[in-house]
Amino acid sequence: MLEHYLPIFMMILGGVLFGIVMVKLNEWLGPRRPTEEKLTTYESGMEPVRTARERFSVKFYMVAVLFILFDIEVVFMYPWAVAFRELGIIGFVSMTVFILILLIGLFYVWRKGALEWD
Amino acid sequence: MELQTYLLLSAVTFIIGVVGVLARRNAIIVFMSIELMLNSVNLTLVAFSAYLGDVTGQMLVFFVMTVAAAEAAIGLAIIIALFRNKQTVNLDDINILKW
Amino acid sequence: METLVADIWRSTPLVLLTLVGLIALLVEGSGKGRAAAVYWISLVGTIASFVLSFLSLNTEEAAFNDMILQGGYAAFFGMIFTASAFGTLILSRSYLRRLHTERGEFYVLIVFAAIGMMLMASAIDLIILFLGIEVMSICLYVLVGFLRTKLTANESALKYFLLGAFTTGFLLYGIALIYGTVGSTSFRAISAAFPAVSNQPLFLLGAAMLVIAFSFKVAAVPFHMWAPDVYEGAPTPITAFMSTGTKAAAFAAFVGVFLGAFQIAGSKLSEVIALAAAASMIIGNVVAISQSNLKRMLAYSSIAHAGYMLSGISAANREGETGILFYLATYTLMNLGAFGVLSWVEQKDDTKLTFDDYAGFSAQQPFLAALLSIFLFSLAGIPPFAGFFGKYYVFLAAVKADLTWLAIIGVLTSVVSVYYYLRLVMMMYFQPGGATVEEPPAQMAFIAVTCAAILVVLFGIYPSLIVDLTKEFLNI
Repeated sequence: MLEHYLPIFMMILGGVLFGIVMVKLNEWLGPRRPTEEKLTTYESGMEPVRTARERFSVKFYMVAVLFILFDIEVVFMYPWAVAFRELGIIGFVSMTVFILILLIGLFYVWRKGALEWD
Repeated sequence: MELQTYLLLSAVTFIIGVVGVLARRNAIIVFMSIELMLNSVNLTLVAFSAYLGDVTGQMLVFFVMTVAAAEAAIGLAIIIALFRNKQTVNLDDINILKW
Repeated sequence: METLVADIWRSTPLVLLTLVGLIALLVEGSGKGRAAAVYWISLVGTIASFVLSFLSLNTEEAAFNDMILQGGYAAFFGMIFTASAFGTLILSRSYLRRLHTERGEFYVLIVFAAIGMMLMASAIDLIILFLGIEVMSICLYVLVGFLRTKLTANESALKYFLLGAFTTGFLLYGIALIYGTVGSTSFRAISAAFPAVSNQPLFLLGAAMLVIAFSFKVAAVPFHMWAPDVYEGAPTPITAFMSTGTKAAAFAAFVGVFLGAFQIAGSKLSEVIALAAAASMIIGNVVAISQSNLKRMLAYSSIAHAGYMLSGISAANREGETGILFYLATYTLMNLGAFGVLSWVEQKDDTKLTFDDYAGFSAQQPFLAALLSIFLFSLAGIPPFAGFFGKYYVFLAAVKADLTWLAIIGVLTSVVSVYYYLRLVMMMYFQPGGATVEEPPAQMAFIAVTCAAILVVLFGIYPSLIVDLTKEFLNI
């Protein structure tokens, strides 16, 4: 069984080796003349203003959490959509209730101001 | 591939998760280990589901995924609340309550 | 369509409480300063759900494609959960108002946690069981850490969350293995397949994982370490809720799986549970003696009580199941009451929670001291209070199942427990001091706790009032 995979393993090994060899050759052979301009962070031509390693505002977290919560619920809609015809009216009513509950959650989140940026 | 292979893989992943929870001291990494445990269970469920030709296991996987997302939201909120008060997420520094 | 309507009609206690929770959430979202409205809506919802549960006690039916069971067992536990949520709501109101942090979400989360508990008790499928546990736990994680500017609250919330999520992993792995060996997650299928699979290593591993997960949820040794820390750091009404509603829900699921889906009488699983019961009784009671903080003392006492009830599961007979149901119903009343009085004496900055702070309490507040004494006597299992009969039933069950050693440990450790419960009573009545409450308790909370005390005495004198309710629907 495993021997069928031998060519793939060879391929992976070859790929990894080739990559490492190329990077290392570049390091050894290429000339290095660092200037201050070259060492700065590349920001598509803009002048970098300050360090990139700073804390994010907690507002990003709020958006991310809401995104996760509402995004993951879509997972229930795929199987429902696939089996929609077989499920008939019960499936439709159930999904309507499900979405209504989600909407109540959204309403709460919205009115509490979690969707406002400021 | 047979069922055993998947079960073995998921058991190993589960144990890696358990060891991570017990050995690591950073709350976020502990939490990631827990997510690893949940996902290894998902693998077990899908393997059994395919093996048995029964859809219940896959259905349970959907529920596990959504619950894990809800847990992630709550867990990160708790960790952030703690960080705001204490400026650390290291579990060894979290020690006011003890007998 | 007719089946859907019929299913919803059968599950009215659950559906109604869910609707009430959603309406409360809408009201809370609709504007500022709606906490009082949310409180009243939640309160009415729990009462209505309690009444509906009581009415459906005699009709036990499966609903939603054999996913949940309504009436009977589920209704009995529904009454416990709604009563616990009701008491918690009332205690929370005055507690939060004193701290000036009243927010409607607190009440909504209590209602949703109660819904999760009801799902756990009505589950006849492992998927619903898992969902119930998670609905309850996720609400509780938030409730425990609700006072988010307090470091102790953050800390206990983080501990509860990390350990709770960790056990969720074990629970799920157990469910996955059982599903793999049985080929189904429904209790009926598991019960039918049990004789054939009960010796397969994968099935036993799955069952062992479930024992771990449930032991954690009921706070039984050796998975009890979270309980004292979490109980101490949580807001006191939530501590009361966790030690009553959550514990009852965990036991409802434990009994449902191990006495309903499995037949564990005389098996290795029963021995494992007996060992956990003995360890919980010994460690809970012995460590409780050395506690000075009353919330921690009651936490260890709740570990010990989990041990008493586990001996009922380990016995796996009809007496055991009756005993657990009776025990949980009365334990809910006495623990809610005890924590209620504690929450009135407690100061805003988490002080006045030690034994010494109760010196001379009976001189200042004779009625409250009497109430607290009733709850403590009942917890200690002294007749004629209800706690005595709970212990009597579970130990009787253990003796009938040839687990006499377990019953002996239970009786001996109960004697040990008298020491620390009565120490508080002695402190209140025989030590001079000026202990009193910060401000007089809110009228409703006061009435609720008084009613709990009356019921503790009533069920102690007439235990058949509860036992007769349980006769119709027992699994064994």
